[in-house]
Amino acid sequence: MKISAFHLMPHRELPDDFEQRYESVWVTPPWWELADARRVGQYYNWTLDELIYAARAGFDGLCTNEHHQNAYGFMPSPNLMGGVLARATNGMNVAIVQMGATLPTSNPPIRVAEEYAMLDCISGGRLVAGLPLGSPMDVNLCYGITPMEHRERYREAFALTLKAWQAREIFPWNGRYYQLANVNLWPRPIQQPHPPVWVPGSGSITTFDFAVDNDVCYCFLSYSGAKSATTMMQSYWDVVAKKGREPNPYRAGFLQLVAVAESDARAEEKYARHVEYFYHKCLHVPGIWFSPPGNQDYRSLVASSKNPVRRPENPKDLRYRDFVEKGYVIAGSPATVRDRIKQEVIKNLHVGNLMVLLQIGSMPHEVALENIDCFAREVLPDLRPIWEDEGWVNHWWPERLRASTAAPRGASVAAAGA
Amino acid sequence: MSERTIAVWQGKVRIRVLSKGSGPALVFFHGPWGLTWDPFLDELARTFTVYAPEHPGTTPDTPDDVYHLDGLWDLVLCYDELLKGLGLESAALLGHSFGGMVASEVAAAYPDRARRLALIAPLGFWRDSERVVNWMMLEPARMRAQIFRDPEGEAARRMFGGTDDSEAPAARVRLMWAMGTTGKFIWPIPDKGLKKRVHRITAPTLIVWGKEDRLVPPVYADEFAQRIPSARVQIVDGAGHAPHLEQPAAVARMVADFLKS
Repeated sequence: MKISAFHLMPHRELPDDFEQRYESVWVTPPWWELADARRVGQYYNWTLDELIYAARAGFDGLCTNEHHQNAYGFMPSPNLMGGVLARATNGMNVAIVQMGATLPTSNPPIRVAEEYAMLDCISGGRLVAGLPLGSPMDVNLCYGITPMEHRERYREAFALTLKAWQAREIFPWNGRYYQLANVNLWPRPIQQPHPPVWVPGSGSITTFDFAVDNDVCYCFLSYSGAKSATTMMQSYWDVVAKKGREPNPYRAGFLQLVAVAESDARAEEKYARHVEYFYHKCLHVPGIWFSPPGNQDYRSLVASSKNPVRRPENPKDLRYRDFVEKGYVIAGSPATVRDRIKQEVIKNLHVGNLMVLLQIGSMPHEVALENIDCFAREVLPDLRPIWEDEGWVNHWWPERLRASTAAPRGASVAAAGA
Repeated sequence: MSERTIAVWQGKVRIRVLSKGSGPALVFFHGPWGLTWDPFLDELARTFTVYAPEHPGTTPDTPDDVYHLDGLWDLVLCYDELLKGLGLESAALLGHSFGGMVASEVAAAYPDRARRLALIAPLGFWRDSERVVNWMMLEPARMRAQIFRDPEGEAARRMFGGTDDSEAPAARVRLMWAMGTTGKFIWPIPDKGLKKRVHRITAPTLIVWGKEDRLVPPVYADEFAQRIPSARVQIVDGAGHAPHLEQPAAVARMVADFLKS
């Protein structure tokens, strides 16, 4: 297993009545009423500190992602964060997992290819290149890309990126959306032929085909846990089988919210309000925004109208115990968390690249560090050997880090105070 | 009513055209919610031969044809080819909402093709102070309420079906795809340069607007009237963004009287 710490960089102090007072956490939350730049500077630094702490505690990778006009995640440029993380973790066996910079919102998209190459150079070849399609909120609503062009632009930019990393000659790109007469990337990545590519998705069937055809790692970035993802991930594995690829668990990534403490009761006491904050405030977005007309192609539209991915239940009606029971968040004692992640997520979804979200919603810095530390000490070591006996190679992980295990354990707590 | 499908754009874009009636040719360009043959078109068919083409991608079994078009210029050329395919040198052009913008663009690109022009709550311009509401971002019930003066009325039911969901999946797919394929040409702000081209329109023009249009406020009638020298404006009482559906008899009469003169 490879287990990475994921961070959204949320606003940690939204008002109690946020979801009653405002239309949405995304696209339209009013900055001047809700945020303060100095305080936000503190959030960014906490975020970086928490991820670096996770690296020292023995996680395999650090994940950041891109959102716009979003109070639950405001890293408009994940590569700025990635640059800091790459520099700060030099000498450690930790991957910089960019989940990542969004191609359709980068113009021209070779900007992403360039920045990823920089990160690969700075980190000494530790980059995982997440190439997300980007959410409709970010790409269509905030950045004005026509929903119907979103996937086409992405696919063109994806092909351009892969070619730009690898081409030995300067080449022209005469595309439908992008025209560049002299593509000649400086720098190029250390990893050859290119860094491992992960493609995050949210269950669209055309993305399954795309991921398998391009032989990338498909990552389901879910906030609803493994139970509700079972059918969807099974359809992904069906596509893998149908296209004649091996069922290598490292072809799949999954994001799981996790909160661990000494006991189940202690976890509830410690984390309940942060979990509820996350699901009640951070996911406060009009449902219709997730699928603006034209964003899904016709085939996916027909499929999803018959079998909607989005669950009918409203998270705002649920409380901590519901979220835990339904597996949205896996929380409790180390034993509880270990068993549930192993059975519900890793085995059930057949996943080799696990991402865990450990700073959840309003969770303060110190509590986040405790969650990271407890997970790294009590849970992670038991999960890491899963799949080892089956002999799969993680082709979707930086080659120089494939064999590595945790950073030396003793380093973590002492170094964290630095 | 008869129908035929005409392939344009080197055969890659198939457009079904519904037609009815006899008399001078009238081409109706539908709005962002798809084409439904309605009493308004029936009324016009008493005076005209009405041709109602479906926007590329909304003709059944051709959803992906729209991907052959990159932008508005391609779309305008397609409609030029369609008129040629219908054997129409010129015709009365009529459009609603998005279709009003298309009719304006065709009339600006090919002034001789438009004998007369009637625009019902057309899109095409933008004022920061009076923003066009993006219906594509509204929950279905709110979208209805934004489009129609009476969201529970006959006109709303005609466009969106009843409030019970018995037919929901298929109807929802049809509606979403109609909005998506039309949205391709106007996202995220429905101002794609008509203001630079509208002066080319030479056809006598009628602008019709529902007095209670909550989607594209009636002030936009002024934008058109100011820019098309021959244009006159008629405001329709008791109607929102689809006056031809909420007041079909009155709007059909004013449109027919204008277009046949």
